[in-house]
Amino acid sequence: MTTLQREVTRHRRRGDEKGAARNGASHRVASLPLLALVAFVFFFMYLPMLLIVIFSFNSSQVTTLPLERFTLRWYEELLADRKIIDAFVNTLIVGAGTTVVALLIGGSGAFALNRLKFPGKGIYEYVVTMPFVLPEIVTGIALLTYYTWIGFRLSLTTVLIGHVVFCLSVAVRTIGGRLQSLPRSYEEASYDLGASRLRTFFLITLPNIRTALLTAGLLIFTISFDETVITIFATGQQNTLPMVIWAMMRRGFTPEVNALATLTFVASLILIVMVGIRLREEA
Amino acid sequence: MMAEAATAEKRGLRKRPGSGARHIGRYALLAPSAAWLLLFVLAPVSILFLYSFWTSHNYQIVQEFTLANYRATFTDPVFRTVMWRTLRLAFLVTATSLLLGYPVAYFIARKVTRWKTFFYLLVIIPMWSSYLVRVYSWKSVLGDQGVLNLLLMKLGILQEPSPIFLYNVFAVYLALVGSILPFMILPIYTSLEKIPQSLVEASSDLGAGFWRTFVRVIFPLSLPGTLAGCTFTFVLVLGDFIASQLLGGTSGILIGKVIYGYFGLAFDWPMGSAMSFVLFAIVFTLIAIAARFGALKEG
Repeated sequence: MTTLQREVTRHRRRGDEKGAARNGASHRVASLPLLALVAFVFFFMYLPMLLIVIFSFNSSQVTTLPLERFTLRWYEELLADRKIIDAFVNTLIVGAGTTVVALLIGGSGAFALNRLKFPGKGIYEYVVTMPFVLPEIVTGIALLTYYTWIGFRLSLTTVLIGHVVFCLSVAVRTIGGRLQSLPRSYEEASYDLGASRLRTFFLITLPNIRTALLTAGLLIFTISFDETVITIFATGQQNTLPMVIWAMMRRGFTPEVNALATLTFVASLILIVMVGIRLREEA
Repeated sequence: MMAEAATAEKRGLRKRPGSGARHIGRYALLAPSAAWLLLFVLAPVSILFLYSFWTSHNYQIVQEFTLANYRATFTDPVFRTVMWRTLRLAFLVTATSLLLGYPVAYFIARKVTRWKTFFYLLVIIPMWSSYLVRVYSWKSVLGDQGVLNLLLMKLGILQEPSPIFLYNVFAVYLALVGSILPFMILPIYTSLEKIPQSLVEASSDLGAGFWRTFVRVIFPLSLPGTLAGCTFTFVLVLGDFIASQLLGGTSGILIGKVIYGYFGLAFDWPMGSAMSFVLFAIVFTLIAIAARFGALKEG
């Protein structure tokens, strides 16, 4: 080792120690306030919802502390309500429909973006993303005026179209992302071995993007399940669950609403945990 | 062998539809989504634009071109008050969410090791679950029977429950911060996590302390995510009418609620369309600016 090298090493080691010591010190100083802040933020985000869950099992008509007895009465009342069951079924129908349509249209769009050069590609990408980043109220109103203008009667179909518009970018981006990381050589190898385009798609491409399809599908279903704003404008006589909740909420703060809010929250929670774990794995 | 391989390759090349974009048929991939966007995104926005130049008379829409709605939108004092209130609130919610959300994103991205998925889920659960339910849940805290009132009475600050916490702009502010925070945290987290550890180490090797490293290395690299978070937050507040409707009372009336009103009881679609178009233009400009700085690649 030359003198210069030795000098550099010694210098670097000293810097290391100094840096580490300083870092360590500031870690200790910064960590406690940071932890407290993080705890506060999560408390702030979750406390109201937690209270709703607790109140939904409380026997008192008035939603306040202290708690009375534990009861499932409010849930029983919900399940006995034909209107709510119908709305729940409608929500599932719209959610499933939205998922299928958005995956088909968004999926083909993702392929087009990934595989083709076409004029206006930039604009196309912009328009796909637009409804997802614009305020939903604008999308909802635009659809309502459009439906009225072309004389399209409001129904669950018009709701479904609205949900697909909103979710299309989720499908395009999730599937597109997966396609981008899929080496083209897989498909080329398949073609070289004489497989047709259809065969290649079903045997090579589809299995490779399966997880992305599932993730996008779950996320789209979750969004559709809870979608409120576009639905308010796009729905006709038939209601989805968020519409029933919205109507109930405007009437008052009651244990039934709390029970229904809890149920939807738990349903979304399960869906989101499934999506979240997949998203983490893919990232 | 050689000949066989050559024919195989020739056959392969002939049958390889994946190469080159000569097949017109492949544009069939583009057709469904392009048609969809044309029919259900561009056409509706155009019709909305058209409506905004019409008027409403005795609950009937009159199809005559006029700029009256836009003129009213910019000169009507009530509308101006509401618009400024909405913009001010959007700014406040964004600033608060940034101050609260950035440290949380930092914590999850750079301090947590084993529980990362857990914290990630804690952030996205309120993000994707019902906005309606989360906004409504604030009634349990702020209502006259709410936890805040009970707490203040316990502490002897209040003698009887006060209705002042609900149905005003402050209630809307709290509920919006509480509900929109994940939209701030997630993009910041994403960009913080992408920063290579080697850069941070290099900085401390060169003798920089925590704050210097943070200010000179970490924060600048997290700017795209931070900008994305701020844009999402701002836009979500601008478009809100649910929190305004459920918790806002009169002092918490936001532009979204006014628009909603025109499409409901007030029944003046052209006026509501003009206002939505103004909102659309503001949001569009904001997003275009953010996109120029590379913000939309995050999240």
